[in-house]
Amino acid sequence: MKAAIIQFPGTNREGDMAAALRLVSGRDADIVWHGETSLPAGVDLIVLPGGFSFGDYLRSGAIAAHSPVMRDVAKRAEDGVMVLGVCNGFQALCEAGLLPGALMRNASLKFVCREVKLKVTNTATPFTSLYRSGQVIRCPVAHADGNYFADAETLDQLEAEDRVVFRYADGTNPNGSQRDIAGITNERRNVLGMMPHPEDLVEAAHGGDDGLALFKGLVEGLQEKAA
Amino acid sequence: MKARIFVTLKDGVLDPQGQAIQGALGALGFSGVESVRQGKVIDIELAPEDASEKRIREMCETLLANTVIENYRIEML
Repeated sequence: MKAAIIQFPGTNREGDMAAALRLVSGRDADIVWHGETSLPAGVDLIVLPGGFSFGDYLRSGAIAAHSPVMRDVAKRAEDGVMVLGVCNGFQALCEAGLLPGALMRNASLKFVCREVKLKVTNTATPFTSLYRSGQVIRCPVAHADGNYFADAETLDQLEAEDRVVFRYADGTNPNGSQRDIAGITNERRNVLGMMPHPEDLVEAAHGGDDGLALFKGLVEGLQEKAA
Repeated sequence: MKARIFVTLKDGVLDPQGQAIQGALGALGFSGVESVRQGKVIDIELAPEDASEKRIREMCETLLANTVIENYRIEML
């Protein structure tokens, strides 16, 4: 596996993401500055981590979505390279048009930092292959703009195409997201955006490791593909 | 040349900030506030050779508004 983690000004979760990837793959990811015009050759996983890119000015993720490196991210995604966007990364993927919809201000207007329950609603993706269908996992969230919005037609289409991968479960929707949506993929299933932080629940010291299967499945899939 | 851009939430998109303002107005004793929607105003100054409404429109479509959730209106000043 060769992973690149994109760093924008204001990104602050690249370290957690790098640690999670190192834990499952034994390899260090490249941290790529947003001003680069191309990603390293042979990258098979691109991660947009959490944070507050560009201070969340204008709209969360809006300015990051137009950073120079994002052209190559879009091109690689089109080529089938795996792309994971977490939290601010999810916001940027939506703003960049790589995923449908938008993340709006939490319905409570409050920054929420807590643990939620997530139901894994599609295991036929490279991100969720090691979970059981319908499995409910624990996962932390930390965001002010996580309220997923799309028009009814888009939501129906996402559901019909099984592209809603994670939903907030057991009444733990922390932000007012429509239909409890916490994570979605693109049509091809190589791009996943999610508000919760699976990288922050991968070892005993975190208080649990429910997020580990996401990274394990992803890395194992990529290693099989490379072999 | 100057342009003023109004960015507003589309109808049907929940506006929790507008609702909070509405609640605050009610708490201050302003009765009869039936709805509040919050938006943004962006002022842009353009060099004369680059001034055209078409370019402002492109800016709105590319960055200034997220047309999934927002409408925009341009006023050339």
